[in-house]
Amino acid sequence: MPLLEAIDVHGGYGGMNILNGVDMTIEADEIGVIVGPNGAGKSTMLKAIFGLLTITGGEIRLRGEAITNLSPHKLVERGMGFVPQEKNIFPSLSVEENLEMGAFLKPATATRLKQQIYEFFPPLKEKRRQPAGELSGGQRQMVAMGRALMNEPSVLLLDEPTAGLSPLYMNEIFERVKTINAAGVGVLMVEQNAKQALRIADKGFVLAAGQNRFTDTGQALLDDPEVARSFLGG
Amino acid sequence: MNELIYFFNYVVVAGSVTGSIYAMGAIGVTLIYSILRFAHFAHADMMTLGAFLVLLLTLLFPHAGEPLGLPTAVVMLPIAMVLTSLAAVGIDRVFYQPLRNHGVKPIVLVIASLGVTLMLQGLIRLFSGTGAQSLYVDARKEIFRLEVPGVTRPIILTEPQIILFVVTIASVIALHLFLTRSRLGKAMRAMSDNPDLARASGINTQLIVTLTWVIAGSLATLAGTLLSLDVAFKPDLSFFLLLPIFAAAIVGGVGHPFGAVAGGFLVGFAETLAVFNWSVLLRPLRDSLPSWIELPNNLALVGTEYKIVVPFFILIAVLIWRPTGLFKGKVI
Ligand SMILES: Nc1ncnc2c1ncn2[C@@H]1O[C@H](COP(=O)(O)OP(=O)(O)O)[C@@H](O)[C@H]1O
Ligand SMILES: [Mg+2]
Repeated sequence: MPLLEAIDVHGGYGGMNILNGVDMTIEADEIGVIVGPNGAGKSTMLKAIFGLLTITGGEIRLRGEAITNLSPHKLVERGMGFVPQEKNIFPSLSVEENLEMGAFLKPATATRLKQQIYEFFPPLKEKRRQPAGELSGGQRQMVAMGRALMNEPSVLLLDEPTAGLSPLYMNEIFERVKTINAAGVGVLMVEQNAKQALRIADKGFVLAAGQNRFTDTGQALLDDPEVARSFLGG
Repeated sequence: MNELIYFFNYVVVAGSVTGSIYAMGAIGVTLIYSILRFAHFAHADMMTLGAFLVLLLTLLFPHAGEPLGLPTAVVMLPIAMVLTSLAAVGIDRVFYQPLRNHGVKPIVLVIASLGVTLMLQGLIRLFSGTGAQSLYVDARKEIFRLEVPGVTRPIILTEPQIILFVVTIASVIALHLFLTRSRLGKAMRAMSDNPDLARASGINTQLIVTLTWVIAGSLATLAGTLLSLDVAFKPDLSFFLLLPIFAAAIVGGVGHPFGAVAGGFLVGFAETLAVFNWSVLLRPLRDSLPSWIELPNNLALVGTEYKIVVPFFILIAVLIWRPTGLFKGKVI
């Protein structure tokens, strides 16, 4: 049974349709990567899965159970984690408090998990008392991912985790995503750094104008000359 | 020396009293703004409502405080805090929440809170009448005179003033511990920072909203009651409180509970200093002054009856020169 399934999803903002029938499936041990031009609806698709947007048609399933239009709160309880593209930290809270908020529903495990996150993202440990808003872009991204991981999700939605980061930090984040996935977390990630992201993807989805243009393994998409020409910059 | 004691009584004590009241009101305004993003104009009426409920309870059980050796009004405070909090949560559910769910602009909520103000004022007047009433029913206010050696004039403190200082300090410390140490307090700050992310973290934002009203309602009851206890209960109390508590919240940087405390004391002391009769302090110097200077009997910056202009000018000055407040707050 797939971990996450989206079938013919339609939806948008206030009557305006952005998603016009999107299909996506990832298995429990997979990394799925969504690429596509700006405004294609990639972020909108993640928001739709996470219940931040009313879906007007189609269905979304988590381990076979329908979760269409469940509230984010319910989805977090069911083990879904979401890191938005922007505003993904609590800037005035310390790094440590940001992490604790991620474990809001499981306070008993917070102490143990915080230690794990600090081992996983060592720069956060020494900055743990600093307001997260004062950190560098890469470190903020670590805080954002750390917060989501504190809930021990079984599926993690990441919206452009490497946006605006230097290549060094970008590779670091992709390495971390691979490690998270290897630890048994299914990942669905939107990425602008399409080539590098598709290299670590088990499944790739090329979205344009709110529809799937190409759906295949990451490697197959990288090898497809048409995808390369139209969406990966040659 | 007598003059210094006079200064202490009429500036230090009076300023601390006013400052404490404003601080507790302003904390509520600032917390509501942080969580719900609108200026809650009915807040001063929540203070009046709290004091009014204490008055009612005191009239019902005038001797309840005697076994504890405290004014009955103080013993009734916890009950009135619960009732006012319930009223605040109820008002939110009935008037503000449906508007929020519609996704209205903040100004709509502000106007709704003005409506709530008028409604609360009408209701309170309907039951309390329009006159002033002492919260000391069947009892007398205790006044402490502390003699200072070598000085004829004593330091004067009243029982409600002492209770007010204790309650203010305890509330501020408790709020600080709550916001920085407890899981729900941190979640409250998180929601103030980024409500969408708070929701995405599984924080029950409805619970945080309720909690905000409970804290704001309880502090409003404390402030309103202790003010009425020190002076008298008046149904139009809120008229004199609204401007200063908003000035205090804005001076302190909206969204900063401790800025609101600082703002409350700043506005309170500014008001007290403005109405203080400086002539009294100059009197001992009278003999050494050149004879062409006639010391007037009253040398206050503004008359007591106009003291409301002080928070007004502070507010204008802050909005012009430092709209984020003394401590960086959210610009409204
Ligand atoms: N909150 C919103 N309200 C209305 N329209 C939006 C909103 N967010 C995004 N859009 C519109 O939806 C379309 C898809 O946006 P988005 O999903 O963010 O694209 P991207 O693929 O770049 O992530 C864009 O045309 C954008 O203008
Ligand atoms: Mg996007």
